[in-house]
Amino acid sequence: MSGTYLGMPAFPEAAAKSTQDTQLRGNLRHATHTIRAKRAVAVAELEDWPQLRAAGAAVKDRTLRHLDHYLEQLETAVTAAGGVVHWAADAAEANRIVTDLVRATGETEVVKVKSMATQEIGLNEALAEAGIHAYETDLAELIVQLGDDLPSHILVPAIHKNRSEIRDIFTERMGDWGRAAPAGLSDEPADLADAARLHLREKFLRAKVAISGANFMVAETGTLVVLESEGNGRMCLTLPETLISVVGIEKTIPTWQDLEIYLQTLPRSSTAERMNPYTSTWTGTTEGDGPQTFHLVLLDNGRTDTLADTVGRQALRCIRCSACLNVCPVYERAGGHAYGSAYPGPIGAILTPQLRGTASALDASLPYASTLCGACYEVCPVAIDIPEVLVHLRERVVEGGAVTLRGTRAVIKPARGHAAERAAMRAARWTLDHPAALRAGQRLAARTRRLHPARLPGPGRAWSATRELPAVPAESFRDWWQRTRGEGKST
Amino acid sequence: MRVALFVTCVNDMLYPDTGRATVALLERLGVDVDFPPAQTCCGQPQFNTGYRHETEPLVHRYAAAFEGYDYIVTPSGSCVAMVRENYPRIGAKAAAEGRGDNLAEAAASVVPRTYELTEFLVDVLKVTDVGAYFPHTVTYHPTCHGLRVLGLGRRPLALLEKVGGLRLRELEGAEECCGFGGTFAVKNAAVSGAMGADKTRHIAGTGAAAVCTVDNSCLMHIGGTLAREGSPVRPVHIAEILAATEEHPYPMEEVR
Ligand code: SF4
Repeated sequence: MSGTYLGMPAFPEAAAKSTQDTQLRGNLRHATHTIRAKRAVAVAELEDWPQLRAAGAAVKDRTLRHLDHYLEQLETAVTAAGGVVHWAADAAEANRIVTDLVRATGETEVVKVKSMATQEIGLNEALAEAGIHAYETDLAELIVQLGDDLPSHILVPAIHKNRSEIRDIFTERMGDWGRAAPAGLSDEPADLADAARLHLREKFLRAKVAISGANFMVAETGTLVVLESEGNGRMCLTLPETLISVVGIEKTIPTWQDLEIYLQTLPRSSTAERMNPYTSTWTGTTEGDGPQTFHLVLLDNGRTDTLADTVGRQALRCIRCSACLNVCPVYERAGGHAYGSAYPGPIGAILTPQLRGTASALDASLPYASTLCGACYEVCPVAIDIPEVLVHLRERVVEGGAVTLRGTRAVIKPARGHAAERAAMRAARWTLDHPAALRAGQRLAARTRRLHPARLPGPGRAWSATRELPAVPAESFRDWWQRTRGEGKST
Repeated sequence: MRVALFVTCVNDMLYPDTGRATVALLERLGVDVDFPPAQTCCGQPQFNTGYRHETEPLVHRYAAAFEGYDYIVTPSGSCVAMVRENYPRIGAKAAAEGRGDNLAEAAASVVPRTYELTEFLVDVLKVTDVGAYFPHTVTYHPTCHGLRVLGLGRRPLALLEKVGGLRLRELEGAEECCGFGGTFAVKNAAVSGAMGADKTRHIAGTGAAAVCTVDNSCLMHIGGTLAREGSPVRPVHIAEILAATEEHPYPMEEVR
C-alpha cells in the first residue's frame, strides 16, 4: 500500500481480497465489536439521546440550507480576530494555497494534527512534491505514515494493525523520520505510547508551522474547534508560530450554544466517552500567546454540488464520529482500504461518490457496498439515513440523470457495465406487470426444475460459490390457490 | 374485515409452502383471506438496485390489486418495509419530477393497510397464542428490515414463546445482518459469503434444530449457506411454525 488511493480496484475486488486476510479480519472484528458495545452503553446513559440526535440533525440542516450566510459570517469573524481566510474550490487549489503559505514561512517541515480534509485532498503528497515534510502527530496517523500505509478508519486510522505489527513499524521506521525507537521495544501499549511521545516531542519543539483540521467552526465568533484524545493536537495548535487550518465548509455551525449538542453526541458515538479528553478552540490570533499567524482554508471540493442534491445532502451533516463504521458488517469484513478514499465505511459509501462523482469504477461501486441493513442509520448521532442515500446514488449510477457538477446542472450518463442488468430489470418489470406472463414463466421454471443447475453460470456464479440455490417447487402458490380455491378473478 | 394475502414474488415462485401456511394460520384464526391474482412483486429488487423508474408501475399494480381490502398481510418483512418506507418516496419523487400526484396517492392508499404477518397477528388480531405446536428447538434471526425498518421488536418472539413444545434458543449476534441484501449477494459475493458464514456459525452455536425468520429472502441465503456447509439445521419461515399443529405437524424429517 502506498500513500495514495488513486488506482484502487473497485470495491468488490478489494473487499474480496480483504475478506481472505484473516489477520485483518481478526483485528477489525475485535476493534469494532469492542467499541460498538461500549458505545451502546455510553449512549444508553443519556435519556434524551433521541432529542439530542434530532437537534444535531436539525442544526446542521438549517446551517446547510443557509450555508452562504454562515460562511460569510464566519469569514468576517475570523478576519476580525486576526486570521486570514482562503477559499479553495477543489483539492488542487487547496493544496496550492497551503503549499504557498508554508513556502512563505521559509520552513520545510510542518507538524499536523489529524485532519480528514487534508487526507481527502492528498495534501501530504502535494507538500512532499514541494520539498516540504509533513509529520503526522496523531498516534494512529503516525503509525500509518511510518508504515507507508493509508488510514482505514476515520477515528482509528491504524485500526487494521495490531500491537505487534505497530511495534515492528516503530522499530523499523522511526529512525528514518527522526528519533529512533528505543532498542528492544515491547508491544505493550504503554511502551509504544512512550516511544511515540519521545519521537513526537522532538517534532513539536522544532516545528514553526502546523497544519490542522477542525471538527466545528463557530460562525458567530470565528472559532475553530478540534476534538482529540491524546493532546498531541493541542501541542500543534499552541506551539508553532504559524497555524494553517484546512476545513470543509460543511463544518460550520452558527453559535457556541449549538456546540453543546455535539460535545455530547460526538464523544459518546465515537469513543464511547462521556466527555472528550482534549477539546481545543482557537479564534484568530492573540498577541504573545499561541500561533501569531493563522490561516483558514475553506474547502469546497464537491461540497456545494452535494448540497444541491436534496436527498444526498444529508451526508454533509456527518460529524465524523465513525459509529457507522464500527457497526457496519460490510466494513468489518472489507476493511477501510477497500473504500478507496479518506472516508471508509457507510459514510464513505455515500460521501465519496458525491464529492468525487460516480465516473470511476471504484466510485460507482461504492453505493453498492451495503446490504441496506440499516445499522448505520440507527447509530448515526445526526440521523443520516444512509440506506436512503445509498439507494438514491445507485439510481444515479444505473440510470444517470441530472446532477450538479462544479456548480452547474449537468445530465450524467449511466455508469458503464450496467447495460445487461438494466435490460434484465426492464424485462423483469414487464413480466411483473403482466401476471399471466409471470405465471407462464413460473410454470416453465417448475416444469424444467430437474434441469436447473446446482451452480449458476455468469453473474450468479458468485452466489452459488458459497450457497446452495433453492429448488424450484413443482407448483407455485398462485397455481395452488387456483387449483384449490378456483378463484374466478382473472389475471 | 376484508383481508388480502400478498404472497410476494419470492414466496409465490420458490416458497409456496410459506404462502399456504399463512393462509392456513389466518383461516384457523377465523380470518377470511383472499388472494388477488393481479398481484406480483412489490418492486424491492428493482428499487434497491437503483431502478426507481422500473418500480413505478409495480407501485400502481400493487395499489390496484389490493384496492378495497382493509388489510394486506404478507409473510415478508422486507416487502412491507419496501411499501412502508419507499412507496411514499417513490410517489414524492414522481410528483417532484412533475408527473403528478397519482403515484403518491397510490402509495398513501396502501401504506396504512399493509402489515407484516406477525404485526397483523399481534397488533390487529391481538393474539400471541395461535394454538401452534412445533416440538423442536428453534433460534430466531431478526431480519434487518423487520428489526430496524418495521420495528417488529418482540412480536415474533412473543408468538414463538406461545408455541407448544417449542424451545427457543438465543442467537449470538442476532441483530447483525446475515449478508443477503438482495443484489448485494451477487455484487459483493465475497463479503456476503463471509457474513453468511458468521451467521451460520452463530446459528450452529445455539444447537437449535431450526432457524426461523419473518422473511424467506434472508432465509434463502442462510439456508443456502447451511446446506452448503452440510449443516443439519433447518431454515423454517415463522409462518410455517405458527401454522403447524399437533394434527398437522411441520414435516421436519423430510429432506429439503
Ligand atoms: S455518518 Fe453518522 S455515524 Fe457515520 S461518521 Fe458521520 S456522524 Fe458518525
